Amino acid sequence: MADASNVDAFVEFERVQKSYDGENLVVKDLNLTMPKGEFLTMLGPSGSGKTTCLMMLAGFETATHGDIRLDGTSINNIPPHKRGIGMVFQNYALFPHMTIAENLSFPLEVRKMGKSEREEKVKRALDMVEMGAFGGRRPAQLSGGQQQRIALARALVFEPELVLMDEPLGALDKQLREKMQFEITHLAHRLGITVVYVTHDQTEALTMSDRVAVFDDGRIQQIAPPDQLYESPENSFVAQFIGENNTLEGTVKEIKNGIALVQLDDGELIDCKPVNVSQPGERTRVSIRPERVEYNKDRLQAGVHTLKAEVLEFIYMGDIFRTRLRVAGNDEFIIKTRNAPDQVRLQPGQQIEIGWLPEDCRALDA
Amino acid sequence: MTDISHSGPVLAADGTPLKRSLARALRMQKLRALMLIAPLLLFILVTFILPVADMLFRSVENRIVQDTLPQTVEALADWDPASGQLPDEAVFAAMAADLQVAAEQKTHTKVAKRLNYENPGLSSVFRKSGRKVKKWDLATDGPFREKLIEIDDGWGDIELWRTIKTYSGTFTSGYFLNAVDMQLGAEGPEIRPENERIYNTMLVRTMRMSLIITFSCILLGYPVAWILANLPARKANLLLILVLLPFWTSLLVRTSAWKILLQQQGVINDTLVWIGLVDDANRLVLINNELGTIIAMTHILLPFMILPMYSVMQTINPSYLRAAKSLGATDWTAFWRVYFPQTVPGIGAGSILVFILAVGYYITPALVGGTKGTFISNLIAYHISTSGNWGLGAALGAILLAVVLLLYWVYDKVVGIDNVKLG
Repeated sequence: MADASNVDAFVEFERVQKSYDGENLVVKDLNLTMPKGEFLTMLGPSGSGKTTCLMMLAGFETATHGDIRLDGTSINNIPPHKRGIGMVFQNYALFPHMTIAENLSFPLEVRKMGKSEREEKVKRALDMVEMGAFGGRRPAQLSGGQQQRIALARALVFEPELVLMDEPLGALDKQLREKMQFEITHLAHRLGITVVYVTHDQTEALTMSDRVAVFDDGRIQQIAPPDQLYESPENSFVAQFIGENNTLEGTVKEIKNGIALVQLDDGELIDCKPVNVSQPGERTRVSIRPERVEYNKDRLQAGVHTLKAEVLEFIYMGDIFRTRLRVAGNDEFIIKTRNAPDQVRLQPGQQIEIGWLPEDCRALDA
Repeated sequence: MTDISHSGPVLAADGTPLKRSLARALRMQKLRALMLIAPLLLFILVTFILPVADMLFRSVENRIVQDTLPQTVEALADWDPASGQLPDEAVFAAMAADLQVAAEQKTHTKVAKRLNYENPGLSSVFRKSGRKVKKWDLATDGPFREKLIEIDDGWGDIELWRTIKTYSGTFTSGYFLNAVDMQLGAEGPEIRPENERIYNTMLVRTMRMSLIITFSCILLGYPVAWILANLPARKANLLLILVLLPFWTSLLVRTSAWKILLQQQGVINDTLVWIGLVDDANRLVLINNELGTIIAMTHILLPFMILPMYSVMQTINPSYLRAAKSLGATDWTAFWRVYFPQTVPGIGAGSILVFILAVGYYITPALVGGTKGTFISNLIAYHISTSGNWGLGAALGAILLAVVLLLYWVYDKVVGIDNVKLG
């Protein structure tokens, strides 16, 4: 994954560890390389170490072990105010006793910039987030979304090359959040800045990032572009954490031509793509996305193994149908189908046969 | 929806004005609320507001002269002190008559005491005369002018009559003038001779020392409040108990402890002498002066400064400091430009509390202040409990109250009282 000799690397974590109490490692052996201009999201459940990584990069926490490099220079011993990294905080951290313009002017003032230059930059930054008319207000007079934009503008006004965002949209409602996701991504790409974005919202991670690093238990479980992450999770944690996922447990019977034959615990056989399994006899957890499950026989490939299923519940969700099945003893097997004109609406109690393409069904670690 | 074009008052569904309907709907609620606070309200009224009002009234009230010497006051109305002549026989006769009645009722000593505040020496004139005048026969024993002067030649002093005339009104500004080192002279209010001035000095000293104490509390309390606000909750609570610990000991005990620590043969001086910092012959004078009062009162009032500052600092999210640093501010700039301004409401609240408490402090200055470190409240206490001049005590108290209110107003103009957070 990480390559210390990578000349393109802008941000590098090399064998970084962090412990708060000297007994437990919050971050265990973190290696990460980011090229300039990348939008990278650190995704993970709370306590997975993602925020700690961000804080180490910002300089608010010191790494217990390892090296963090920015543009080739180690920044372990550089205090936060000299790192020149922009940061957007979860609660925005706009200074309540200053006006919006004063807030934006602050990073320029501490850089001893002249007054006219400051005003010019503040104006440009406010216009950039379409908040030009709000310079004289106080943060408390703005709505959450507006404060969010100001926080963003403040982090960008001194033109940092790297911007860190710590769950910046966490406090917004759903609609606003989606709008801001879009705006932040566009802004980042337009300005060509490198962004490290921390969130626990996987949709946010998938829609915004060039690459997503999934954190769990102090390690990066997988780092990949969103589509790869969703379609080809490398282990069962990632498969479970990203998107909805059906899991079936079983034992590998044989692996042939890149296809693993897995015997489920109730004896049925299915074809899978071996990801974390290498030899027959291994226990495995098989992962299939709900929208990749097919029950229309005409659309199934000839010769694939199918499973018997009983419909337990049919939920109408507008654009999609969500059907809960009992498959191989698992009562929580979900399939999602698009609400298309020719789509069959399954009835509870109906017996059907389901199947999928072998490459959509991934045999992961148990 | 209400019709917006309708210009009259908004009406409820049944046609009554909405405001009246609302008032009726809330009446029960208001009544219940009032009932709940009624006991406290009554308690405050009886034990605080009425006594304060009574004291304020006493600072101008002066009925005693008129009530005790009614005929004299009436007879003196025509007399002009500026003429340089003693009043005529009619006034003396009236005085003899008044004195006879007063001596009978034993009220002549009271009016003597009252007039003595304004003109020391008057008291004995009245006392001496009262006893003798009682035996006179008003109808036959005149003329009284010579007889009174014979008893005490004080009666022949034009100043005595001037004092009686000056202080014969129902209300007087005399107490207030006295409280600011002035008196009612022949030409109206005038400043007292230098050796009789004391109250202005005391008032200025009280203000100055209260300010010093307030600033010492800010300086000492700010770091403590900061540490409290930034420690994990468990440790912070433990430290908070240490801050509050002094409240569990009697004020008297704490003040006496300072006496033991600060006196010349006390713990601090002994220690300094022992380690050789101070020569045995030149022990530091730490008590019975301003310094003693400042040290002891700073210690005693410190919790009142720490608590509001702590409660304000607690609400300041640490991410503000981080944000400032990420924006390029050094630790100091981040503190001074971002953290400190947000703590000003706490400092303001603490300062108001400490200053107002300090201005009226009594026990501590009395015990450790000696003569140089006492406050105006010690003088008020003296007038209330020792000299019995309640009017002057009340006037001093009223002035103190006025000064505090004035400062409060200034503070509101400068800092803004809505910027103050007590918790």
